[in-house]
Amino acid sequence: MTATDEGDASAADADAVDPDEVRHVADLARVDLDDEEAAAFAEQFADVLDYFAALDEVPEVEDEPDLVNVMRADEVRDGLTQEEALANAPDSEAGFFKGPKVS
Amino acid sequence: MSADDAPDGEAADGLNAFVTRVTVDGDADGPLAGRTVAVKDNISTEGIRTTCGSAMLDEYVPPYDATVVERLREAGATIVGKTNMDEFGMGGTTETSAFGPTKNPVDPEHVPGGSSGGSAAAVAAGEADLALGSDTGGSVRNPAAFCGVVGIKPTYGLVSRYGLVAYANSLEQIGPFARTVEDAAALLDAIAGPDERDATTRYDAAEGGAADAPGVPDDTHPADATEYAAAADGDVDGMTVGVPTELVEGADDEVVAVFEDALADLEAKGVETVEVSLPSVEHAVQAYYVIAMSEASSNLARFDGVRYGVDGGEGNWNESFASSREEGFGDEVKRRILLGTYALSAGYHDKYYKKAQDARAWVKRDFDEALSEADVLATPTMPVLPPKRGESLDDPLSLYLMDANTVPVNLANLPAISVPAGEADGLPVGMQFVGPAFGEEAVIRAGSAVEK
Repeated sequence: MTATDEGDASAADADAVDPDEVRHVADLARVDLDDEEAAAFAEQFADVLDYFAALDEVPEVEDEPDLVNVMRADEVRDGLTQEEALANAPDSEAGFFKGPKVS
Repeated sequence: MSADDAPDGEAADGLNAFVTRVTVDGDADGPLAGRTVAVKDNISTEGIRTTCGSAMLDEYVPPYDATVVERLREAGATIVGKTNMDEFGMGGTTETSAFGPTKNPVDPEHVPGGSSGGSAAAVAAGEADLALGSDTGGSVRNPAAFCGVVGIKPTYGLVSRYGLVAYANSLEQIGPFARTVEDAAALLDAIAGPDERDATTRYDAAEGGAADAPGVPDDTHPADATEYAAAADGDVDGMTVGVPTELVEGADDEVVAVFEDALADLEAKGVETVEVSLPSVEHAVQAYYVIAMSEASSNLARFDGVRYGVDGGEGNWNESFASSREEGFGDEVKRRILLGTYALSAGYHDKYYKKAQDARAWVKRDFDEALSEADVLATPTMPVLPPKRGESLDDPLSLYLMDANTVPVNLANLPAISVPAGEADGLPVGMQFVGPAFGEEAVIRAGSAVEK
């Protein structure tokens, strides 16, 4: 899937979803899938996206909600302690979260 | 995975309504003193495991309380456990929980509805007087209808979402369950109100201002001047109830029959019914799922196995992240994250997400027009009777269609209630009332007239 063809809606047609496209999206979303999952999702996505295609009939609707600024004053307050913040981490070291290497 | 790892949990709970059983007494002698409350397991409880029905959060113990939980304690309620739910609120039957499905107390062969199925089942079975759920597209009203109890979805902004684990935050509200409308309204009284930790709780209903914000003199919140329990007086003489034809036509015959009987009872109590039309709702379910899945794909990005969640193990960041999520998330959650990612990806944003936002604005406008002709709108809560367990899992689309009558309300950010209206084939049928924004009293009053 190239997913860059802005004007070409047909590329988004439901029947265009194959397991490779599902894998590509899964890659973007950082979710590993096994072959079986990718095949099952491809089939289900075709149905769901086909159903979503009915949104094409929706007219453009002006929606201008009244927005207000809800910022509060920037004051220092108590937050979680370092210990509390780290309590659920699978791995930590010297008071820091320990994550995998970035590259 | 064990359905319940608390002492005496499994034996006491053949319904699998609870993920964790606890007893936390309230702090004071408040309006809910002596009442027991079950809390959906996506609402944070300090020191008590909060799983969201997911293997991802199997061992997660929040270091703080959600605002609604603080308010329960202050109101004197006793918390009796954390209830089972569809994983991260994604589902309509409480079958997608990593801790196994919940059974419907009315008939254990059937689903209790979802995603707050554990909360509804706990109340219906008498395991708790009251319960809290969350409603993103009907997740309080759906299980209330299927289990034969009362559920309220408040106006967006009435109740703080601080401490609610987010799934689709522009849509979801925490809402109460009870066996009577008055009890559900009393629980709403306890949890509603402004919260400086959630900027989406509204201050100043008239002007939309924030408390203490410069230039906003009025810092009242709609809940401040209201007592919801008092509105459950059954007095509907002179009330106008609009019936949106589109949301009745699609329902099964036996559901419609119960609904029409309940309407006739209301007419005998002095209610005038009028037909109203909501042409936009034909596209509401599609719009809802595009928006909810898109928000889910973003919200659930926080589950990377570093700060909490399943450890992704060896490998670089991307590999570890992806393997944590493969292991931690169930099928429905993966499905929604992937479809949401797809809908937001370059080239598809205009086709899906932008159109869904147009549909949302259209739905809001339709509701505003219908509610200018009526005090509240009435529909069957669910177009179908509770299906048997296992019946709907393999076909996601059929499950999504079950939400046709509830999701438009979330898109429009309006309040709604589901009350038991009767039975068909021995299974409960719910009636839904929808009101104008912050018009909780009207839907509570209408609902109370159905039960009296």
